[in-house]
Amino acid sequence: MSTVTPISTTESKTDMQQVAADVVERALRAGAAEAEAVIREGDEFSTVVRLGQVETLKESGARGIGLRVFLGASGGYRTANTSTSDFSEPGLAHLISGAIDLAQVTSQDPFAGLPEPSAMGQLPGDLSLFYNDVYSMPTAERIEYARRAEAAALSADPRLTKSDGGSFDAATGHKVMANSRGFVGEYRRSYCSLSAMPIAETEKGAMQRDYWFSSARTLARLDSPESIGAEAARRTLRRLNARRVPTQRVPIVFAPEIARSLIGNIFEAANGDSIYRGASFWTNQLGKQVASANVTVIDDGTMPGLFGTAPFDGEGLPTRRTVIIENGVLKNYLLNTYTGRKLNMPSTGNASRGLAGTPGIGAGNLFLEKGTVSTQQLLSDIKVGFYVTELMGFGVNMVTGDYSRGAAGLWIENGELTFAVEEVTIAGNLKEMLNNIVAIADDLEFRGSVASPTLRIDGMTIAGE
Amino acid sequence: MIFPEHELHFFQKFGLTGRLIERCLGEALSAGGDFADLYFESIASTSISVDESLVKSASQGVSAGCGIRVCSGDRTGYAYTDDLSAERLMRAARTAALIADGPSKQQMAGFREAPKASLYPISAADADPGVAPKLELVMRADRAARAYDARIVQVRAGYNDELRHILIAASDGTFAHDTQPLARLNCYVIAKDGSQSSRGGSGGGGRVELNFFEGDKSPEHFAREAARQAILQLSAVAAPAGDMEVVLGPGWPGVLLHEAVGHGLEADFNRKKTSAFAGLIGQQVASSKVTVVDNGTMPSRRGSLNVDDEGSPTQETVLIENGILKGYLSDKLSARLMGMADTGNGRRESYQHIPMPRMTNTYMLSGEDSPEDILRSVKRGLYAVNFGGGQVDITSGKFVFSASEAYLIEDGKITAPVRDATLIGNGPEALKYVSMVGNDLALDEGIGTCGKDGQSVPVGVGMPTIKLDRMTVGGTGR
Repeated sequence: MSTVTPISTTESKTDMQQVAADVVERALRAGAAEAEAVIREGDEFSTVVRLGQVETLKESGARGIGLRVFLGASGGYRTANTSTSDFSEPGLAHLISGAIDLAQVTSQDPFAGLPEPSAMGQLPGDLSLFYNDVYSMPTAERIEYARRAEAAALSADPRLTKSDGGSFDAATGHKVMANSRGFVGEYRRSYCSLSAMPIAETEKGAMQRDYWFSSARTLARLDSPESIGAEAARRTLRRLNARRVPTQRVPIVFAPEIARSLIGNIFEAANGDSIYRGASFWTNQLGKQVASANVTVIDDGTMPGLFGTAPFDGEGLPTRRTVIIENGVLKNYLLNTYTGRKLNMPSTGNASRGLAGTPGIGAGNLFLEKGTVSTQQLLSDIKVGFYVTELMGFGVNMVTGDYSRGAAGLWIENGELTFAVEEVTIAGNLKEMLNNIVAIADDLEFRGSVASPTLRIDGMTIAGE
Repeated sequence: MIFPEHELHFFQKFGLTGRLIERCLGEALSAGGDFADLYFESIASTSISVDESLVKSASQGVSAGCGIRVCSGDRTGYAYTDDLSAERLMRAARTAALIADGPSKQQMAGFREAPKASLYPISAADADPGVAPKLELVMRADRAARAYDARIVQVRAGYNDELRHILIAASDGTFAHDTQPLARLNCYVIAKDGSQSSRGGSGGGGRVELNFFEGDKSPEHFAREAARQAILQLSAVAAPAGDMEVVLGPGWPGVLLHEAVGHGLEADFNRKKTSAFAGLIGQQVASSKVTVVDNGTMPSRRGSLNVDDEGSPTQETVLIENGILKGYLSDKLSARLMGMADTGNGRRESYQHIPMPRMTNTYMLSGEDSPEDILRSVKRGLYAVNFGGGQVDITSGKFVFSASEAYLIEDGKITAPVRDATLIGNGPEALKYVSMVGNDLALDEGIGTCGKDGQSVPVGVGMPTIKLDRMTVGGTGR
């Protein structure tokens, strides 16, 4: 871990760091053996323009503080959490006394507690997470951005008759954390996004909608409104005149924006919380072949400028790069301190922490490594298949791996995308699906914190007519 | 009007005054908006859970804030603050005001407070029972689930409650306040038998207090139900794939209505003509046996409200009557722009969110058929009694909902349980295939949360046993 710097306690603290450190200190004085405070501040701006007119304009900010305390006891700590939006003196006093009172009634747990001091730390240097420019445009220009994205979509084709609008969003967040083992850290992140959501209509009045977007940490990296609108139009138009297909088994191709959801399923399967409870089909599978030999899945919270990047995790551990699957073999689970202790493994720096509640497991930048074939080549090998561009519903059972979801997309015939398909389901079992990833394209692109190239999976059932 | 300041939460706890409310509304309309409202909210919540028979943690939180909205035609400006000082409220009002640009034109109407229903119990704050009895509920659930069967290897039970105070004041004279309890008990289990694992889950609650869980909706009731489902799933076979006859059981399977028709009938989508149901009022959208209502006035139900989040009283609204589409669910904005009545369905997740038309408790009325006759009439099909979540594409009308407990029906008899499968259909068409409607209407146990545009609100659903002559089942088997 050569990228980790020790925590400096000599630097002067910012105002919010001081608030967090004071709350920790006061919790100790009130009887806590250990304590951890987190403060979140955020501002948001959003506007929706529909049919050329402003529909909504929203601008505001809020903040909150959360406290986690551990009460000492032989045989394990008792733990409780409180949170408040009230930073007044009575508000903070209530936050602290409430946590201490609440912890009296919880159970002793030998695995509970803060991370070891030697594990704590944060990535040094500028991770390119915060750019002031997301708020730099005057409101009129932000509205104009959203208007242009929508206009570009609607002007692309006369069949694009309606709209759910164009939107521009900007947000900044500030996170501060301090604990009683000496950790103090903070970071800021910025975000902006632009999207268009046109609706296309056939002569018979059957409607389809789709959307496209661009998001970035700085305005400078947003795609142009015109390119977003044009892509939204293309995606919407290709869904027109969709029909059902008969029940059958054919190769399924997951477009990158849909394959992302499979990577999300892999995250759930590797989630340490589910592993120690036996709630994931990957419990006791470390070192085993769980996917095709061409599959490598990485979680990396250190990649500068990306959406899953942070200098430290929700418990004050430096983020890092963790290989989940390497050449099809399950290498690591994603763990925080608690789940690591339960499984007798070190934390992987994947603690996620909201204001309230105990830390869960969160991913950094999670992706499946790209393959070597182009998307076109991947498709050209398929005589008959289904190219999926949308999935619906929540039909994934992480205990059994059973997978059944609504789907829409395009039919593949002789390697070409042909007519639109809708109102069908695709089903299989995730354990088998991951072993049936027979092709991976080279089109990996980070449009969010989870990314995947185009994937082909064989052996799934389409249910339709 | 004279505010009963001594009685109101926000006046007592946050120093709010009638004069400040009037100043904020005046500021909100200062740039020419034609409607403004203030939504004050304060929430105290408790969450406690047991995992591996240990109470690993407990949480409590408080938050408060105010959202200020200004409408100008069909435009909405919105700003919020978590600081209820006069300075910050006035600043939020100025921000929201900028949606309009012109001279102030609106005169404030005098406030009037409509009489409102009293659908749920409100204990005095000092009657808070504390955490101990809540902890006892989750421990009881843990014990009951483990005692059900030795194959239950993991149990997680959780209790969550909140008490929400709201106060709404609007330039149209609306003045309303409400105190809304919400509680829920959940139990999730994992069963294991050799190499086979399965899961089960159950829960319930509503706008109720702790004593609700002392009757038949006890921790043991929910725990045994979760355990029963998990044990059942250990022997489940592959679900069939393709179009077939489907029988849905009573209660929570009403999520079908929520997805297939409910969302598509929310007025905002129809005002914008982006719903697959746009322009279908008066037309046949379901079989003549189908009548569907949305009803926010049912005592203690999870989706019920004395007033909606715009201060309007909730009501029972007929959506589909004998198969004919009758009406939409609206908020103030859509009601005004569409020239229709406000049905009291303006809801929002919190003070940080703009209200929009949302469902409350949505259900199908009972019919004439006995559930036994319905099952007997099916030669080969699926009987689905429990579901996970659902989702709908409002524009194309396509919807899904995922069965977590279902059985094959063969020659009129329930046979093998099947593995999880998603069902898919087309909203404006699906209910035309309803050929039998049972006499056993039931509402769900009180677990539903509906998401729309990133906002979550509690809802209820319900349905009698029904038979659909055709629906697509997304399994892998034959």
